[in-house]
Amino acid sequence: MVKKFTEKFYLVFMFVLLYMPIAVLIMSSFNASEKNKAVWGGFTLSAYKALIKDEIIMSALYTTFLLAGGAALIATVLGTLLCIGMMNMGKLFKSTMIGIAQIPLLNSDIVTGISLMLLFTRFTDLSFGTMLVAHVTYIIPYVVLSVYPKIMQLNVSIYEAALDLGASPLFAMRKVIIPDIMPGILTGFMLAFTMSLDDFSVTYFTKAPGINTMSTMINAEYRKGIQTEIYALSTIIFIVVLIVLFIINRRSEKAFRIENERV
Amino acid sequence: MKKIGSKILTGPYIIWMIIFTVIPLGLIVYYAFTNSGGAFTLDNVVSIADTVNAKPLWLSFKMSFEITVICFLLSFPLAIILSKYSKNKNSIIVMAFILPMWMNFMLRTLAWRLILLNNGFLNRAFEIFGLNSVYLMNTKAAVILGTAYDYFPFMLLPIYNAVAKIDEDVISAARDLGASGVVVIRRIIFPLAMPGIISGITMVFVPSMSEFVIADMLGGGKVYMIGNAIEQAFNSGYADIHLGSGLSLSLMGLIVISMLIYKFFDKGEEGHGIW
Repeated sequence: MVKKFTEKFYLVFMFVLLYMPIAVLIMSSFNASEKNKAVWGGFTLSAYKALIKDEIIMSALYTTFLLAGGAALIATVLGTLLCIGMMNMGKLFKSTMIGIAQIPLLNSDIVTGISLMLLFTRFTDLSFGTMLVAHVTYIIPYVVLSVYPKIMQLNVSIYEAALDLGASPLFAMRKVIIPDIMPGILTGFMLAFTMSLDDFSVTYFTKAPGINTMSTMINAEYRKGIQTEIYALSTIIFIVVLIVLFIINRRSEKAFRIENERV
Repeated sequence: MKKIGSKILTGPYIIWMIIFTVIPLGLIVYYAFTNSGGAFTLDNVVSIADTVNAKPLWLSFKMSFEITVICFLLSFPLAIILSKYSKNKNSIIVMAFILPMWMNFMLRTLAWRLILLNNGFLNRAFEIFGLNSVYLMNTKAAVILGTAYDYFPFMLLPIYNAVAKIDEDVISAARDLGASGVVVIRRIIFPLAMPGIISGITMVFVPSMSEFVIADMLGGGKVYMIGNAIEQAFNSGYADIHLGSGLSLSLMGLIVISMLIYKFFDKGEEGHGIW
């Protein structure tokens, strides 16, 4: 009885602790008080109206999503190709590849960012293209480490059966291999996308002047006057994330139930 | 066995990694061991031992250690309780605790600014309850709090994954044989959750070690970590890429060494995934 209560209490305590900062952001976005957000100055939606018109924030938002989407796509293609190609490679080659894939994970992101900056500034100018390359490099490991386990679980006999039944290698690849490793590819893409969205250090060192992502924009602007718009934006982001996670949850619960019934 | 795909498929990745991972690392090494004239020198790498750099390095190490301990102490019990409620990591209750991770990390840090500012939310709340104000902004405590909050899910998720996989029957068996709750946690859950704990510690400690922007936003320039020293070497008015590369290389080496030492004390556990 006491134990159950302690557990519940701890859950609630941690929940409050984790959501307090988010609640503070949301409250501040509706607070009309300009000077100090901790003092309630009445309810207003003006921050939301200003947000839509704010070009700095909107262009940062656009850059962030373009960068994350593009980088995640390229990283997913490169990573998946590697994993498929690795299937008939020797053990030494495989472990070397997985080892290389882990370099950017072990390197702190500041070192990844700096090393790429050194490369770019030496040979070319910083641009959106270099930011894209930097993000791909930073997130590729997450794709490889998501897809590789699926490749290892793959049943080669089914692929061979498809070939024996007259399928061309490319057709068998498309109809047998790819569907089998799809969950790994999707996880890898999502993970890569999220890491790119959330990144600060790699972008900070490789970004072109005048181009900002959300993170670098906030870093440049938080001392100035557009704070309330940023709070409004975080409220919107929070709601979007909530909806996305809810959808994932509904689909996953279903899959989880089916899987358990089979067992 | 028939060949699946072909070796050519690995080509694009290999070329990419050589150009954008191996060569850039080579550049860091090159700059680290040369001076502005291009001559070989050890000064940049050794400069991590100078008081100017050793102090922030030691501070980073201490703070990362504290951050990792705080994250572990908070998330280990939480992971055990959560695993009792649901074994599915995409269930509502587990997701509720991971969700803050999906907010942009700069936004989360900004939120802590609002809370900790001298006339911020925390002191307003204290005022209402008749307590004395606390001035945490621009202190080490603020940076530790903010960083621990940012990296908390990276500790919780792997530990939860490991704990959720533990077979109920093993725990029941221990109980039937007379083990108390504490013994079950210490002798059964803790060792079986070890891979997750290792993952969690790595994923919190390594990024905390090189953090500089949280120290900037919550420490207000008063908390100067090794990440700040490196950033300054590249971006301040006194930019010196040779010194910056030297410091980065030393930091990288120290992280790798501490990971090796840590793996050495914790052998027998292999193949822990990040998630």
